[in-house]
Amino acid sequence: MDEQYLLSMSNISKEYYGNRVLKNVTLNVKPGEIHALVGENGAGKSTLMNILFGMPVIYATGGFEGQVSLDGEVATVDNPHAAMDYGIGMVHQEFMLIPEFTVTENIKLGREIGHKTALSRIFGNLLEKLNWDQMSRDSRKALNSIGMMNIEEYTKVAGMPIGYKQFVEIAREIDKTGIKLLVFDEPTAVLTESEADRLLEIMRLIAEKGIAIIFITHRLTEVMAVADSMTILRDGEFVARKDVKDTSLANIAELMIGRQVEKLVEDDLLGERELSDENIALEFIDYYVDMPGERVKGMNVKIREGEIFGFGGLAGQGKIGIANGIMGLYDTEGEVLVRGKTLDLSKLGEALRNKIAFVSEDRRGVGLLLGESIERNIIFSAMQINDEFLKGIGPIKILDKATADKHAKNMIKLLDIRCTGPSQAVGSLSGGNQQKVCLARAITMIPEILIVSEPTRGIDIGAKKLVLEYLTKINRELGTTIVMISSELLELRSLCDRIAIVSEGKVFSVMKPDDPDAAYGLAMAGVREEVAL
Amino acid sequence: MKTLKTFYENFGLPRLIIAGFFILLVVASIILGFSPAVLFSDVVKRWLMYGTLVLAMVPGIQSGIGLNFGISLGISSGLLGAVLAMEISFLRDWNTTLGMGAPWLTLLLALFFGVILAAIVGTLYGMLLNRVKGSEMTVSTYVGFSVIAFMNIVWLSLSFKNGELSWPLQGQGLRNTASLSGSFGGLLSNPDVVQATQPKWLHWLAFRVGEFTVPLGLILVFAFLCLLVWLFLRSKSGIAMSGAGENQLFTTSSGINVNQKRIQGTMISTVLGAVGIILYAQTYGFLQLYNAPLMMGFASVASILIGGATVRRARISNVLIGTLLFQGILVTALPVVNEVVEIGTLPEVLRIIISNGIILYALSKTKGENQ
Repeated sequence: MDEQYLLSMSNISKEYYGNRVLKNVTLNVKPGEIHALVGENGAGKSTLMNILFGMPVIYATGGFEGQVSLDGEVATVDNPHAAMDYGIGMVHQEFMLIPEFTVTENIKLGREIGHKTALSRIFGNLLEKLNWDQMSRDSRKALNSIGMMNIEEYTKVAGMPIGYKQFVEIAREIDKTGIKLLVFDEPTAVLTESEADRLLEIMRLIAEKGIAIIFITHRLTEVMAVADSMTILRDGEFVARKDVKDTSLANIAELMIGRQVEKLVEDDLLGERELSDENIALEFIDYYVDMPGERVKGMNVKIREGEIFGFGGLAGQGKIGIANGIMGLYDTEGEVLVRGKTLDLSKLGEALRNKIAFVSEDRRGVGLLLGESIERNIIFSAMQINDEFLKGIGPIKILDKATADKHAKNMIKLLDIRCTGPSQAVGSLSGGNQQKVCLARAITMIPEILIVSEPTRGIDIGAKKLVLEYLTKINRELGTTIVMISSELLELRSLCDRIAIVSEGKVFSVMKPDDPDAAYGLAMAGVREEVAL
Repeated sequence: MKTLKTFYENFGLPRLIIAGFFILLVVASIILGFSPAVLFSDVVKRWLMYGTLVLAMVPGIQSGIGLNFGISLGISSGLLGAVLAMEISFLRDWNTTLGMGAPWLTLLLALFFGVILAAIVGTLYGMLLNRVKGSEMTVSTYVGFSVIAFMNIVWLSLSFKNGELSWPLQGQGLRNTASLSGSFGGLLSNPDVVQATQPKWLHWLAFRVGEFTVPLGLILVFAFLCLLVWLFLRSKSGIAMSGAGENQLFTTSSGINVNQKRIQGTMISTVLGAVGIILYAQTYGFLQLYNAPLMMGFASVASILIGGATVRRARISNVLIGTLLFQGILVTALPVVNEVVEIGTLPEVLRIIISNGIILYALSKTKGENQ
């Protein structure tokens, strides 16, 4: 291994249940360097960091292949404690602080300094008396070293501004003796702009002390501003290691997105057709959805009749909230118009009655009745909303088992759901087949607008292709307007007519599928910049 | 071999053990010289006696409130309905004016009052359970106990004229145990009562084949109730309710008000509890007030769990199998144990071990299912 690197992770591969999430990834970091780790959601950044920290999830799923070396020596990091001993620290995205403790207590948590007492001599060091002076001095020093003179070490963490909490976290990592490498996991995601700038400055300060930093972020401008070098991952593969001075925003964006050759939908399915700007199927006016983690904040967009419209963007930016709001799972504000008619979203089932069907991104949580049969899942909504699959016995209407059975069997055949029969519980199906059941339920409603959210999440390539082709088919043959929300740009670009990139709860830009990769990369990162192509 | 394995997996270990134990007891009792016909008559009688109370668990579980330990609410409603009906029957002197029709009218009136009361109480109870989502079973256990305490006060303060009901030599308060022999006791299940009080064309209600008693009236009523619940669970409304119990988000996204469905399930469960206790009293021949219904909820819960229901899914077949096994063991254990060891309370001990053990087992299983 190269002697100049502090950390060297070479040829790292990792499988989760037969799904390869990392393929021969290499990550090298020099001492005192700020090294950015960039890639889309699912590119493998978190898995790589989990390996670095020896997280139990890695070992519970069969370990990893490849080698980790620190200071040129092979290191075995098989638990988070070992990582700490090697001098690796992490600043978390969600703060790991105890609100009711003071800054000092938080910084020294688990590493308290104590005096020996009579009791501790007998019962061990858990009964030592705490040396508050020393602990305060250490905390002060750590805070000063990151330029945080104005944080008092004796205040409680509760009630501090978010930015300060972040700085306390950093101080805690700095205070650990022998820290050599700090990982910042999207540290600026929750900060205001000025706080973020402050943080970047602190990162430089830390780096100057000779501590290496791995900086994980989606914000490419920050990478350009602060990092010395970067590693780019895409779909679990190592793409490039670059020095920041040799590259440009557009270049990074392009490397992140990448052009893939595999086709998800055959060309002959994607026939040409006329879409008119006059016929608007679905329109959002100043639309807000209060979905935690995926808030929509004032969205305006028009979707044409018969169109396949995509919503893309990074996780947490709000694209997932769009559909969940319409389906009444979260509170909404603003207007949603279906063919010019306003939906009253405070009424449950309003969207369904207006012929909008929904395939949820959360298959197991929202999309399915896991304990029930395939048949029951498929007919549920159509029965409740359209009164289908019912027959009268005297005054009461009960399930028409024969029709339901026939319909379920048709769907199983049509979508190639691999199962023992319509009565199999959906909980025992594979992910791909569960997704097909979700889709079957939605199309049983015979919708005019079909909203599919992350239709291919966690399913294998064969099922993926089938689902996407089927969506294209019902769009072309039945004229169903399809709204597709997905984190995978590739699939959006392979069948959508237009793609809206969602950033910070708003539509950042509406793009064509054949726009250049760099443009997509920049839009995803929320960078508004003219790109020379 | 494979079918044997799936049978084992579907049937479950606890049920196999209990079924095995039941068979063992039956064999033992026959060896000890008890008449199988008498024994099975008893088993069938107890099965039907508790059946409706266990059936009341099904809508509760399906609607997502879990095991309805608060079935005492329904039981109390049913008891109140029954004592009201008996008092009215006494005041109007139906026994003289209506003759053989008197017990029928009293029974119907008891059911009528019980169902109305239970529907009201059950709706309120459902609203309460919607406010404590996630800890329904804890809350319902307390509600179940509290309502018994509350009803104790009610029973003590009611002043009825009917001598069968009120404490003798006292103006106020109802008896601990009121006999139904002059009223609707045994009307659907006891051949002696039916033959003594009813006309010949109604003698099919309960009759004997050799030593074996066939309580046909009660069988039909219980079967009818099972059919009603089965039909409801297959109706649009019932399917929506089951959906609400299985996955609230799924059901909401299909445009269904989950809270309403939970109230509906709780209400139906409570109503069935009221009907159940009246049928129970009818079979038993006595109305048991005060603390008698305190642990009935636990017996019902244990029965349906033995039948293979989980905290989240229950079917009619679970009710039938579970009640048969649970009551069957209790009935057969009594004579057998008395013969083998001479400790009078052993069947009671056995009952407590089985019911609490099964509840514990089922609750420990639910966590595993969620993960």
